[in-house]
Amino acid sequence: MTERTRTDTVEAETLSGHRGLDVDEALIFEMDSPGKTGVDLPEAPRDRPRLGGVTRRGPIGLPGLAEPEVVRHYTNLSRKNMAIDTTMYPLGSCTMKHNPRLNEKMARLPGFADIHPLQPEETVQGALALIDRLAHWLKTLTGMPAVAMSPGAGAHGELCGMMAIRAAIDARGEDGRRRVLVPESAHGTNPATAAALGFKVDSVPGGEDGKVDIEAFKAKLGDDVAGIMLTNPNTCGLFENDIRAIADAIHEAGGYFYCDGANFNAIAGRVRPGDLGIDAMHINLHKTFSTPHGGGGPGSGPVVLSDALAPYAPVPAVIHDGERFRLVETPGQHGHLGQSFGRMKGFQGQMGMFVRALAYMLSHGADGVRQASEDAVLNANYVREELARDGLMSPSYPGPCMHEALFDERFLKGTGVSTLDIAKALLDEGFHPMTMYFPLVVHGAMLIEPTESESKDTLDRFILTLRGLAERARAGDAEFFHGAPRRVPLRRLDETTAARKPVLRWKPEEAVREAAE
Amino acid sequence: MRYLPHTDDDRRSMLAAIGVKSIDDLYRDVPDAARIDGPIYDLPLHAGEMEVERDLAALAAKNVAAGSVPSFLGAGAYRHHVPATVDHLIQRGEFLTAYTPYQPEVSQGTLQALFEFQTQVALLTGMDVANASMYDGATACAEAVMMANRVTKRGKAVLAGGLHPHYRDVTRNLSHYTGFQLDEGAPNPDGGEDLEARLDDHTSCVVVQNPDVFGHVRDLSGLAQACRDKGALLVVVVTEAVSLGLIESPGAMGADIVVGEGQAIGNTLNFGGPHVGLFATRDKLVRQMPGRVCGQTTDADGRRGFVLTLSTREQHIRREKATSNICTNSGLCALAFTIHMALLGEQGFRGLAELNHAAACRTADALAAIDGVEVLTDAFFNEITVRLPRPAAEVVSDLAARGVLAGVPASRLWPERDDLADLLIVASTETNTGDDVAALAAALEEVL
Amino acid sequence: MSTTKFTKDHEWIRVENGVATVGITDHAQNQLGDIVFVELPEIGKDVAKGDDAAVVESVKAASEVYAPVAGKVTEVNEALADDPSLVNTDPTGGGWFLKLEIADPSQLDGLMDEAAYASYVEESE
Repeated sequence: MTERTRTDTVEAETLSGHRGLDVDEALIFEMDSPGKTGVDLPEAPRDRPRLGGVTRRGPIGLPGLAEPEVVRHYTNLSRKNMAIDTTMYPLGSCTMKHNPRLNEKMARLPGFADIHPLQPEETVQGALALIDRLAHWLKTLTGMPAVAMSPGAGAHGELCGMMAIRAAIDARGEDGRRRVLVPESAHGTNPATAAALGFKVDSVPGGEDGKVDIEAFKAKLGDDVAGIMLTNPNTCGLFENDIRAIADAIHEAGGYFYCDGANFNAIAGRVRPGDLGIDAMHINLHKTFSTPHGGGGPGSGPVVLSDALAPYAPVPAVIHDGERFRLVETPGQHGHLGQSFGRMKGFQGQMGMFVRALAYMLSHGADGVRQASEDAVLNANYVREELARDGLMSPSYPGPCMHEALFDERFLKGTGVSTLDIAKALLDEGFHPMTMYFPLVVHGAMLIEPTESESKDTLDRFILTLRGLAERARAGDAEFFHGAPRRVPLRRLDETTAARKPVLRWKPEEAVREAAE
Repeated sequence: MRYLPHTDDDRRSMLAAIGVKSIDDLYRDVPDAARIDGPIYDLPLHAGEMEVERDLAALAAKNVAAGSVPSFLGAGAYRHHVPATVDHLIQRGEFLTAYTPYQPEVSQGTLQALFEFQTQVALLTGMDVANASMYDGATACAEAVMMANRVTKRGKAVLAGGLHPHYRDVTRNLSHYTGFQLDEGAPNPDGGEDLEARLDDHTSCVVVQNPDVFGHVRDLSGLAQACRDKGALLVVVVTEAVSLGLIESPGAMGADIVVGEGQAIGNTLNFGGPHVGLFATRDKLVRQMPGRVCGQTTDADGRRGFVLTLSTREQHIRREKATSNICTNSGLCALAFTIHMALLGEQGFRGLAELNHAAACRTADALAAIDGVEVLTDAFFNEITVRLPRPAAEVVSDLAARGVLAGVPASRLWPERDDLADLLIVASTETNTGDDVAALAAALEEVL
Repeated sequence: MSTTKFTKDHEWIRVENGVATVGITDHAQNQLGDIVFVELPEIGKDVAKGDDAAVVESVKAASEVYAPVAGKVTEVNEALADDPSLVNTDPTGGGWFLKLEIADPSQLDGLMDEAAYASYVEESE
């Protein structure tokens, strides 16, 4: 991998190291000029410090840059990213939809952004009202009686739901219930969450139709089963049509039904999970309700809960005492949540994300939320149909699908081209690739989620491109694919060396040299 | 609907291409009982930008923005000035609307910024390496304890009484469900706590906050040595990252893991979230570290580049054997941190820390001069604890009515402890002017 | 005299002068791709047959290495810490994982010999 194969690069080196709009950016630590700063602060009075003598000795080693240098550096870095704002980003299971700027503007109102989490309740009634309103939307759209707002992301929401299940089981005194059923196709967070809470993970095989094998599932039930963690629509992009039967069976066995709500965006406004018999479900506000992904967070993962689990919800929670909103910050405070399993996070949740999500909901309204789900499903099915046309690409399961279309690499058999190669070639075509190699239940998975934000024109261009690449692969041009990408800021990166000899921070050259000696 | 590009004609022609009559046919796997066929009652219909703005602005107006009055709240979240550059740059769509950088060829912007972030955090904490951030300081603290248990193969963590109660509660919650033991210290507002005496051969780590939740600063070198002698790790928690500009770094004092809250740098208060958890450790423990990490490498042409690495520890590969179930970091908040730190630089960061300390000294002197007020902290950074002659929650309420946000009453953090009811935790930052301090002192004198 | 035996999980075990050396097969390293890290057990650890004895990591996967027979770990291959690629380049030589003091030599009888393993690999492909 480390071998340099400059022969098939598209252009020769430049003198500056820049390549037109693609500007080579050193690390800030390499741009350091001691004495420079990007802020002007008043001089601090030279009084005797009262730090108990625990004063920092020696320099920290932070680089000095002036403001224009900082602005240019991060602006140029940003231009090395693909993003929803620039590109169709059909990353299955991740829901890369348009992020409205109104949401950003609202979240920055000083009345939301500049309030301290521990201000007296009477000074934050608007913030508490906003959380309560968002909770009302979430409960209404899901048809569930309660919602825990504090989890900081989807996986954190899973932790919340599974803690509520543990608490409910503990309250029943059934400490033998420690087995959690998880379908093979599940997100990795499901088994990781269950295991983190001391549950034993028991994998449930999928059927040939990409859904849970209901007989295999039933055979695993017993009085040691705490519950099932099931994603619906599932990670193959399919709606589990036996879901009611699954819910009834797990309840009959004395367990609880955790639904991974990562794909709620396919059904919001059309289906109420509460009608499907679930006990807990997290909602990724950064997926279904358009809060930005930010290059990897922050997310927000409120969890809706059934009557059976609601008493165990985490603190803090917002209540209304008839006169004003209150925060329940410890179990039992103001006579609420006496059985709460406790706290998951500092303060009361991702307020900045709540504001954005509510701004999106109010913009769309109940009618728009439903239309968005329908368009997401329509787009996925359209892409699925057009890519499979004339038997070109191979969908893994019969249609229709929900909001994402799953293909596998059967159509690449014998070509020497892999799913990864197709993805890298898409980068050169100006599209972000689909999710690759997930779910694990099919070989060389390609999970395409166009979302409702893409126009028919964009979808047609994407389809034309991907079909063209599929044909080229089948025509036997493997070399072309192995060398891709060529037209993006960097070519394939050597992940092996990165993991063998991890370099996780910058160090001054002397330090690097010394370490080598 | 402005966010949806399709016309009805588009929809019809796409349905025809798929070969179905209506959208309902695509939802045919949904059981009838769960379908919503009509409108959803109880929720409004779509609205224009102006209407939404009016609606939300009205809610925002019902809150007292901390910047609109003299404000002295801290206890884990701090109000600092955020340069205009920071908020402008993090709103660039290429940062704001990108996903986790799984395709490094088209994500170098996010990845290089994360590498810079990891380096800054390592430098500030005095540690070898840092991860790409966690949800917040409290969750990072709980993860640190779990990591210490893995590393030492022991199952009892000692928590200092000066640890922020939210951090304690989040850790306690995980300990309950994953089966490790906690030895929790009682809060001591006068500072001082004999942690060394609580170490034994089963201790996986000692978790100590510096400055502690009451504001006390202490030298942890002796404790670090005691931990080493017992084969336990020292976990140092920092809830006010700006303090690292003036206080000796936890790494230099001998910490094995440093976790903290990075909100104070580059991020607004946001009523408590999103914030950004910091996590740093020693080289030799890196493969036990939770969360994402970014590493340096080269591309096929030999150019330097960055990738997410060591991902085999993570849930999407290790599933039930992962080091943690975490899948997101706090990317955009980490970016804000990085840009603010880049603007500050060595000189600016130290200057900022000095201003904070000076502001707290001024506040301490002003409050000490009031009859009936006793300042309990003599070694502090930007936060102090004072004893009032009556319950602090009432005083805070009275002062709020006079337009001063006086601080955090200890009863808000320990509602169960009557002995702390008269204590008020007061933070001062560079945003607090001399007039603010005078207003606080005057209002306090009025209500006591 | 040394004998080498193989497991269905693609570990090999070689017994020389009463000491058993354990590693993964050439087929296994091929399937895993570039090895980036090997997590080895503590010396002195007792393992039962089939227990997790080590973890081998490539960029995108982590796999358990199981103890082919029960025993006490007497030595681990420190060289893998610096250069895990030895598992790729020399899986049955310099890329060994650990040495075991075998508890019950009769457990070796249940394992495959080289010819049986070769046909097992062929069948599974």
